[in-house]
Amino acid sequence: MAELDLNDYAVITKGLTKRFGEIVAVDHVDLRIKRGEIYGFLGPNGAGKSTTIRMLCGLMDATEGSGYVLGHDIAAEPERIKEKIGYMSQRFSLYEDLTVRENLDFYASLYSVPNGIKRVRIEQMVQMADLTGREGTLAAHLSGGWKQRLALGCSIIHKPELLFLDEPTAGVDPVSRRNFWDLIYRLSEEGITIVATTHYMDEAEHCDSLGFIYQGRMTAQGSREEIKANALKGQVIEIECHPMREATIFLETLPGVAEVVRFGNTIHVVTEDRSLSPADVEARLTVENLKVSRVEAAIPSIEDIFIAFVGLADRRSLRAQLKRMREREL
Amino acid sequence: MRSRLLGMIRKEFIQMWRDRLTVGMMLSMPMMILVIIGWAINTDVKHMATAVLDQSRTPESRDLLTAFTNSQYFNLDYHVDSYEEITRLVDSGSAKVGIVLPPDYARALKQQRVAQIQVIVDASDPMVATSAINAANAIGQVGSLKIASEMLQRSTGRVPPPTPLDVRVRAWYNPDLVSSIFIIPGLLSFILMQTTITIIAMVVVRERERGTLEALIVSPLRRWELMIAKIVPNVVIAYAQMTLALVFGVWAFGIPVRGSLILLYFLSLFFIMGTLGLGILLSTIARTQQQAMQLAYFIFVPSVYLSGVLFPIEGMPPLARTVAYVIPLTYYVEIIRGIMLKGIGISYLWKHLLVLATIGVVLITASILRFHKKLG
Ligand SMILES: Nc1ncnc2c1ncn2[C@@H]1O[C@H](COP(=O)(O)OP(=O)(O)OP(=O)(O)O)[C@@H](O)[C@H]1O
Ligand SMILES: [Mg+2]
Repeated sequence: MAELDLNDYAVITKGLTKRFGEIVAVDHVDLRIKRGEIYGFLGPNGAGKSTTIRMLCGLMDATEGSGYVLGHDIAAEPERIKEKIGYMSQRFSLYEDLTVRENLDFYASLYSVPNGIKRVRIEQMVQMADLTGREGTLAAHLSGGWKQRLALGCSIIHKPELLFLDEPTAGVDPVSRRNFWDLIYRLSEEGITIVATTHYMDEAEHCDSLGFIYQGRMTAQGSREEIKANALKGQVIEIECHPMREATIFLETLPGVAEVVRFGNTIHVVTEDRSLSPADVEARLTVENLKVSRVEAAIPSIEDIFIAFVGLADRRSLRAQLKRMREREL
Repeated sequence: MRSRLLGMIRKEFIQMWRDRLTVGMMLSMPMMILVIIGWAINTDVKHMATAVLDQSRTPESRDLLTAFTNSQYFNLDYHVDSYEEITRLVDSGSAKVGIVLPPDYARALKQQRVAQIQVIVDASDPMVATSAINAANAIGQVGSLKIASEMLQRSTGRVPPPTPLDVRVRAWYNPDLVSSIFIIPGLLSFILMQTTITIIAMVVVRERERGTLEALIVSPLRRWELMIAKIVPNVVIAYAQMTLALVFGVWAFGIPVRGSLILLYFLSLFFIMGTLGLGILLSTIARTQQQAMQLAYFIFVPSVYLSGVLFPIEGMPPLARTVAYVIPLTYYVEIIRGIMLKGIGISYLWKHLLVLATIGVVLITASILRFHKKLG
């Protein structure tokens, strides 16, 4: 790895791999995370996001491959890395039997925050997490959004250079999710590099760069704009028509169509290239005696883009998985 | 480093305080056991079936037997003519006690000599044994006093022996006579071990179960700092438990402390460290608190049966005896009995200290080594 890389990047990995017996949880992953950016690490359940983060934080050893975090080798200098990073785990890692203040105080002492600064820092975190007046409440008695913000406070109380957030918004209500991302922006403005995993595709909009992981393999990585621009060769067409079943079956056999997905009352068609226009589609449906009420080009969602990077064979099962996850959370 | 360690220790104490119920139970467990056993001690067994071999057949010997009857502890159900018959009756369980008066009983007393009386007790039932022994000894003492004063009144010029009635008790089937007084220190040690192992295994496994261990591992906290932080509060609790048990045992049940308390506290440290090491070792194997409990029983069961807490080691088959001597509790039970009941000092106990210290060092080192600061 070239020397200059290490200074520009907060995280670089090369062929990072983790096996659990037969399972390859992370399969030759090459990450490039620039200093100062918000990096979104996207993938469905079991894709290997947490395992990757855990190797970077020194929670697990890699089976294969190498990685540098803030210029330190993850295999050789995990202790140097630990002092400079913050990590908020998927499970929030709060002590439920400690109060808000005691949790913050404990994490501050774990990172040797000097006593003089500690009080100020705790106060800041309480304010940030909107927990003023609840300093004496047991963490167990906090509701989801508060717990999440307290966990964030605990993971940044030592002002890390790099913050890993593993599914920070999982199981939190939409309002809290929005508030949370506002906090993340503020941290980013202070210069902290942020790596957040999520399986909410819409949260990709909050990130500067994106990495897609599926079944342990990176399928795409780059700045959000780049990915959006290059991902789709075709386009997404949104259709409302009747009867839906026949329409779906017909569209699936139509040449130039890569994928047909039903979202409630609408059918999404992803085309293979630009040659098939919405007007063409409407014409073909009408010929088939289907009652078309709406056909228009849609802005591809991050999910569409993610899917586009996955091999054709896996698309259907991935769509189904993402749909299930969406439904579970509603 | 100091901040990390102190912060971690403080956190452990706060968590203990929040879990007062568990700590309270730990501290009161020995007292509960003492109350139960103490109550058993005070449960007198009266009217025990007794076989008598009166080889003297004199008014004096009948006097003594009346004293046995009047005490209400003994029912003189069988009057026999041979020692073999007593053996048979006690063996078959028909009699719990046998009394043997020698042929020269009356003559000995007249000549102001000591008269020896043998009392055989079926000690396989400790409750019977305790009652019988206490009652027989009391009768012997009261009888002695009476006879001695009679001897003085007759004033033949000879100085009468201070205790003319020499009641010799033979505890059959349980020659060491594991009496309650003997069992208590052992049981207290076992409870100390049990609670210490359980609690430390729980608090370590809990961190893993609740996901907080991840946060500790990604922090700069060192492995040994984590261990010390877990050990220190538990040592404090263990000493508190021990102290409460001692104070309560001495105050409420008059358990003797014949040796040095300072030595007892010093030696206890090595035992406590060893059990804590064992507890942490368990926590590195168990994934859940429930598993930790189940594993702990694999240690508790052989410990309580083989360490001499309940049964004397000398009476065990060779294999069991070998196992007994790798169990830390065995050594600690000998220490605590030695100091409390026999009043022995370090000159007899240094070997025990050495063994416990070695076991402690090995277990704690093993647990630190096994406690990977990694998840998998
Ligand atoms: N400690 C482990 N032992 C065995 N297999 C594991 C272990 N941790 C993870 N795995 C497996 O590795 C794969 C990747 O898991 P990982 O937790 O990294 O996924 P993820 O992308 O974080 O998913 P999620 O959205 O569910 O958090 C899964 O198949 C999982 O079952
Ligand atoms: Mg995960």
